[in-house]
Amino acid sequence: MAEKILMLALSPTMMEGSIAIWKFKEGAEVKKGSVLCEVETDKAVMDYESSVAGTLLKIVKAEGEKAAVGDLIAVVGKPGEDIASLLTGVVATPSGPAKADALVEAGASAKAGTAGNSVTTSIPVTASVVAEVAQVPTSAIASGVRASAFLPTGFLPSLPSGTPPSSPLARLLAHNAGVDIRSIPGSGPAGRVVKRDVEAFIAGSVSRKAEAAVQGTVLPQSTASKGRFEVKREKLANRSVPVGRIRAVVAKRLSDSLHEAPHFFLRSAIEADRLLALRSALNEGRDEGSKISLNTLFAKLSAAGIARNPDINSSWNGTTIEYRKSVDVALAVALPEGLIAPVVRDCANKGLEEMEQEFRVLIAKAKAGGLKPEDYEGASFTISNLGAWGVEEFTAIINPPGSAILALGGIAKEPVVRSSPSGEDEIIVRSMLRATLSCDHRVIDGAVGAAFLRDLKAFFEEPSRALL
Amino acid sequence: MSAFDFDLVFIGGGPGGYVAAIRARQLGLRVAVVEKEKVGGVCLNIGCIPSKALIDRASKFNALHELAEYSVKVDLSAFDYSGVQAFSRKAADKLSKGVEFLLKKNEVETIAGTARLTGAHELSIALNAGGERRIKSLAIVIATGSRPREVPGFEFDERRVLSSTGALMLKKLPRRLAILGAGAIGMEFAFIMNAFGVEVTVVEMLERILPMEDSAAASVAGKAFERRGVKFLVGTKAFSLDRGSSDGSPLVLSLGPAASAVPDTKLEADAVLVSIGRSPNTGGLGLEEIGVRLDRSFVEVGDYYETAASGIYAIGDIVKGEPQLAHVASAQGEIVAERVASLLYKQSTVSESHASLPHRRVDLGLIPSAVYCEPQVAGFGLREEALKASGVKCNSASFPFRGVGKAVAIDEAEGFVKILTDPATGAILSAFAVGPEATELIHELLLAKSSELLPQDIYSMIHAHPTLSEAVKEASLAVEGRAIHT
Repeated sequence: MAEKILMLALSPTMMEGSIAIWKFKEGAEVKKGSVLCEVETDKAVMDYESSVAGTLLKIVKAEGEKAAVGDLIAVVGKPGEDIASLLTGVVATPSGPAKADALVEAGASAKAGTAGNSVTTSIPVTASVVAEVAQVPTSAIASGVRASAFLPTGFLPSLPSGTPPSSPLARLLAHNAGVDIRSIPGSGPAGRVVKRDVEAFIAGSVSRKAEAAVQGTVLPQSTASKGRFEVKREKLANRSVPVGRIRAVVAKRLSDSLHEAPHFFLRSAIEADRLLALRSALNEGRDEGSKISLNTLFAKLSAAGIARNPDINSSWNGTTIEYRKSVDVALAVALPEGLIAPVVRDCANKGLEEMEQEFRVLIAKAKAGGLKPEDYEGASFTISNLGAWGVEEFTAIINPPGSAILALGGIAKEPVVRSSPSGEDEIIVRSMLRATLSCDHRVIDGAVGAAFLRDLKAFFEEPSRALL
Repeated sequence: MSAFDFDLVFIGGGPGGYVAAIRARQLGLRVAVVEKEKVGGVCLNIGCIPSKALIDRASKFNALHELAEYSVKVDLSAFDYSGVQAFSRKAADKLSKGVEFLLKKNEVETIAGTARLTGAHELSIALNAGGERRIKSLAIVIATGSRPREVPGFEFDERRVLSSTGALMLKKLPRRLAILGAGAIGMEFAFIMNAFGVEVTVVEMLERILPMEDSAAASVAGKAFERRGVKFLVGTKAFSLDRGSSDGSPLVLSLGPAASAVPDTKLEADAVLVSIGRSPNTGGLGLEEIGVRLDRSFVEVGDYYETAASGIYAIGDIVKGEPQLAHVASAQGEIVAERVASLLYKQSTVSESHASLPHRRVDLGLIPSAVYCEPQVAGFGLREEALKASGVKCNSASFPFRGVGKAVAIDEAEGFVKILTDPATGAILSAFAVGPEATELIHELLLAKSSELLPQDIYSMIHAHPTLSEAVKEASLAVEGRAIHT
């Protein structure tokens, strides 16, 4: 008898995963325990081991396709076996990665049999179609045996850690609709997420998306008669709000980092006059859409600094230290859902324009909530710039797997003491920037960090040195 | 000093008024209940409670006959029904005293008298002890309940033409009893009277008995009744009643098909019980004068059971469009108490996000109904026919008590538990049960529905063996086509 291979929760928080690579082709023999495919989750790529032996009869989810936990991804059985009944309710999806911006994951619980819920699958549909329930003829199941009778409860919508109080029906509806229940505010007893909340959320997200399509932006603008803060205060007062997926991941990562990585901090006051002059020169004649931002300059100069201090471009792995080749710089961006730091890869070998464009695309994606794990994971160095908020200086928590983060304050004119060409001390006005480098002491020693910060200071103060 | 004597005054101390009054006291309101008779209302004094006492005695009486199988000889020659009736009065009195005590303990002022609204916040009470008392209250709740509905030609004399009240008060049983109406009340009295040896004929205008309950459940109950000798005349109308020349002569009912205009048969009886519904007590209160809107004597209400007259609320059997059940009245009353408290304290006693629909009105899909006879019939949610009529797709799964060890062991294996679910999600839409302790068993399923649990949540919970509750577990397995003992 052919067995259904379902997407499993490969980590406690996993709600869905996408197939990275199939290790077998249809028709190939699979042993129990062999790695069927690699599954990419919000955190990592993991091996999916087969719990059954047989022939891989059908790959239901192609490489790049997403599958929620419990979805059918493949069928294993004997060659020539009729597996039509197992595939009932699975609507063929276009092979290859689904284009995220064109498609909305909406739920469709496809139903086979008169009483059982035999196959549940997520079907990408266009935004205008919401949760259309696929009806399957009841005759599709030949015998009276219903497939669901063989599903252990473990395959039912899982209860990952951090799941907010929610009714089982609400969890099922959210799962079917491909919605993370952690992002839904609950209105049931003691704030429990109940059916009406999920329905309201789905209805709301559809209208939000429609609105965004009209406005050309996803973030709601404060054009309403009420002020932004007033609305936010009304929304938040006296409520406990479930933690969203991004916030949960960021929270865990930051606490782990602060608790595990022994941080030390190095501070430096940097003259930014030449940097500002460089920016003005670069942007002369450029239109708004292609102006080089200070952050891109910081990222580029930091990459140049890291290229000269390869010790910085490393990660602590417990028993080994991994030194990386590519300098992947992340830029921290604050979103309502939480902090996120999109990464531009290989900054040491990219030009400013290329980096600027990449950052712009990533930040727009982040604001639209469309950032993928590969867009924000694996930074070797992070820059957090709170200058726009008038912060003078601050310290930041290292963003793993990187081993250092640069916290930048605002640039302000200050009196400083410098030696004049004639050798006399004089007080002059300079645009000063205060930078604080947080380092993971397991990887970066004080002198190594200091040498790096000295180079950063040199490059920020005289960017042309970075050309050397 | 406040301009009001009370924050909340209930007119009527039945299961709506007294429960809500206690809830309002818990919320710190100043509360009074005006009651012209005994607190506890119809339910406690001349309804649910004394009838349950009679049903229990009737069940025990039936059980005597079962013992005859083991050569137990029962001598009924000295049996006197008046003792059974007295027992039921004792139960009712005990509970009414209990409610008096609860009201006193909770510092609810009980005013014995008949109230009349004289303004939006004003009541005039004709005191039972004589005299008038006028009180002012921030909010007033009409909780006056209902009375047995009369049919022209069948006016109650409460000796031979009985309402449920008269039937409860009977000290001597008639030889033959005709019951008009095969709803919960008619069926319960049919059960009681049949058990004590009365020849019972139930006349129902609709095409089946227990028309408000699940049809399969009703038919199981009907068969059990018929085996015990109860006659059912469905689709039959009682046209007129000949009371004879004296109390000694039999009553003669003229019956005919419900669709026809003329009677075609006669039915002789020594008493007739008219149980075709209950009329709301909304007259003489001065309701319409202060702007409360009525529809055929029922009160029209909006959110939080507020009537068209602001500050005047209505709960219980007088509310238009909600079932006339004691537990519904209590639930409605609690909503009103919480609403008034929240208005008074200018803050919600339940958090703002909770103040969505279920707290403004009772959720009609979550109201249990219960018929206490043998077998018991219970359920909640829309019946299968009603779901289909409203275009809602549903799956029906049921499990018979004959597959439940405990039910077989106690020889009550008739009946079933049935669950209607949403085919797309498995969510419970309705459930019905007929059989032993059905009125208790239904609550597990009702909790499941109200908490949005799925059948898998029920069946994956371990149920003790042997219990009748196993029927609930098996029925929820049956939803997925995997009941064990089937």
